[in-house]
Amino acid sequence: MSVMINLRRGWKRLLAVWHARNLEFVRDRTSLVFTLGMPVAIVVAMALIFGGPPRPLLKVGVLGPTPTPLSAYPFLIERYIQFVPETRQETGIHYVSRNDLALLLDLRQRPVRYWAIADSPTGYVAEKLLLQADPTAQRQPMAAAVTRYIDWLFPGVLGMNMMFTCLMGAGYVVVRYRKNGFLKRLSATPVSAFEFLSAQVLSRLGLALLVSIILYAGIGTVIHFHNVGSTALLLLIAVLGSLSLIAFGLIVAARFASEEVVGGLLNLLTWPMMLLSGIWFSLEGSPRWLQWLAQLFPLTHILQAARAVTLDGAGIGAVGVDLAYLAGTTLVFLGVGALSFRWRPE
Amino acid sequence: MIIDSPAIEHPVATDTALVRVEHLVKRYTDNTAVDGVSFEVREGTCFGLLGPNGAGKTTTIEIMEGILAPTSGQVRYRGGPLGERFRAEAGILFQKTALQDFLTVQQTLNLFRGLYDHGLPVAEVIRLCALEKLLTRDNKKLSGGQLQRLLLGVALVNDPAILFLDEPTTGLDPQARRLFWDLVQSIKAQRKTIILTTHYMEEAQLLCDEIVIMDHGRIIAQGAPQTLLREHFKAVLLELPAEDWTPAARELGVTFFEAAGRVELTTNDLEGTLRTLMQAGICLAHLTIRPPNLEDLFLELTGKDLRA
Repeated sequence: MSVMINLRRGWKRLLAVWHARNLEFVRDRTSLVFTLGMPVAIVVAMALIFGGPPRPLLKVGVLGPTPTPLSAYPFLIERYIQFVPETRQETGIHYVSRNDLALLLDLRQRPVRYWAIADSPTGYVAEKLLLQADPTAQRQPMAAAVTRYIDWLFPGVLGMNMMFTCLMGAGYVVVRYRKNGFLKRLSATPVSAFEFLSAQVLSRLGLALLVSIILYAGIGTVIHFHNVGSTALLLLIAVLGSLSLIAFGLIVAARFASEEVVGGLLNLLTWPMMLLSGIWFSLEGSPRWLQWLAQLFPLTHILQAARAVTLDGAGIGAVGVDLAYLAGTTLVFLGVGALSFRWRPE
Repeated sequence: MIIDSPAIEHPVATDTALVRVEHLVKRYTDNTAVDGVSFEVREGTCFGLLGPNGAGKTTTIEIMEGILAPTSGQVRYRGGPLGERFRAEAGILFQKTALQDFLTVQQTLNLFRGLYDHGLPVAEVIRLCALEKLLTRDNKKLSGGQLQRLLLGVALVNDPAILFLDEPTTGLDPQARRLFWDLVQSIKAQRKTIILTTHYMEEAQLLCDEIVIMDHGRIIAQGAPQTLLREHFKAVLLELPAEDWTPAARELGVTFFEAAGRVELTTNDLEGTLRTLMQAGICLAHLTIRPPNLEDLFLELTGKDLRA
């Protein structure tokens, strides 16, 4: 009997706390809007990116004019393969070597020629399908160095971790400082918003780099990753990329005093970057507007530059545009963050 | 012998007002927190802002600190607007302030000292605020009194010309409060200008050279505490336990106020009042006679009703 009474009392207390928390949540309008707005935004984003017919499983580059009708070359009507027109043979082979394309098909001559990496899962499947449709197709040797998928993926994994470390860490700290009044105290000193934000960026930079170096060394050893390019240049990309991402996160944290709002906004930023910056798959062959949109994100430039260095051995000149973009966005984000910065809750 | 001396050019009398508050107004959507407040704070004095909850003290002091922008009116420091010089020369102890939890007392003082070009050596601040035994303690492990001493230290690191203390002893136990008063008095002895808001009239009476009493966003009294007391009270106060205040006494026609088990009478004619009470047979064994203090003045001016 007493057990039942205790259970009932416990349930009553639980309900009281549950109800109070719900009331608090509902009355915090900004948090409510962002928390409920987030799933809507994800639905819209997913519909835009993945809506329409089912996404293809493989991407195949095609050199030369496609025959009319397509059934004249049956491989071209295979389902779930996206055929991406390529104008230059070297570029197409490069994409295959980087795993951006599963296979490159040359329709300019008969029998058709193709390039594929037999060790790559997508290359293997694409080749099987091609030879089934056209047994006369002739495999060509890969002139460019072949990249394993894991080598292509590895910079993406590092970049994703960097994104979370940079965006989440700095933003939440600033919100906590604002909420508990520490920022208000700092506002009574000569320190400026730009100085404060820059200090936060530099502090987080150290941590982000340390974590990235540990991951690079640890995972790199396990997967036998070989960086073809300069490690110093890779470090420079990591530094500029981290700076840009941290400053990006600080814009979000510039005004709010609610962790829930900032959490929602940071999610809103990380999701598109996760999907569009090329962490898991290349956007080669995606709609042009999507590729342009992806170019706005700092993470896209981090990964482009990092892959160019680690996979192709690119020098600073080749990744100069990406580096300039990262440095420029850092300054812009810091400037916007400082201008919109609030020392105390509004 | 008459010496024909050249005309001596007397310097213009220097304006000793360090801070001048002019027609300050702060309006929010649903209320006016500060409604046309003007006063001056002379250099080297301790200036008190008193008032019940919601009177507009903290809003006024935060506008003076440059933390809040007024709706209209202005605050002038050394004759000019609040600017870089003010930031460098002001020390502020806010009503509510958090510090970084995992920094020690020493590290916190080093941090704030590092934000100013000029100031006191940290060791001097530590001595002034009696923080020697707390240097390696994390901020989050400090008691209320210890934290207030650290916050006072933070406010002093730049050797401020003007020190703002917004309800600095609220929530402290009596010992911690008295220790804090000692610290403020030692700072006052250095002729620093202090602006203090407080709920404790004893604190204001002890520390302040001049006070302003605010209510509903306006100033209702201003002056030196003793001057204000002389102006508002010609009388003495008599206090009796409520149980000695018999029903017959209530019919005497004497004005009295009853609260918390005590009955309080104000009179200009002490002898006559005492005679009346004795004739009414009231027990005077526990009678207390005292001059009015700042708390009496505060209640006189702001009323005795509980504020929402």
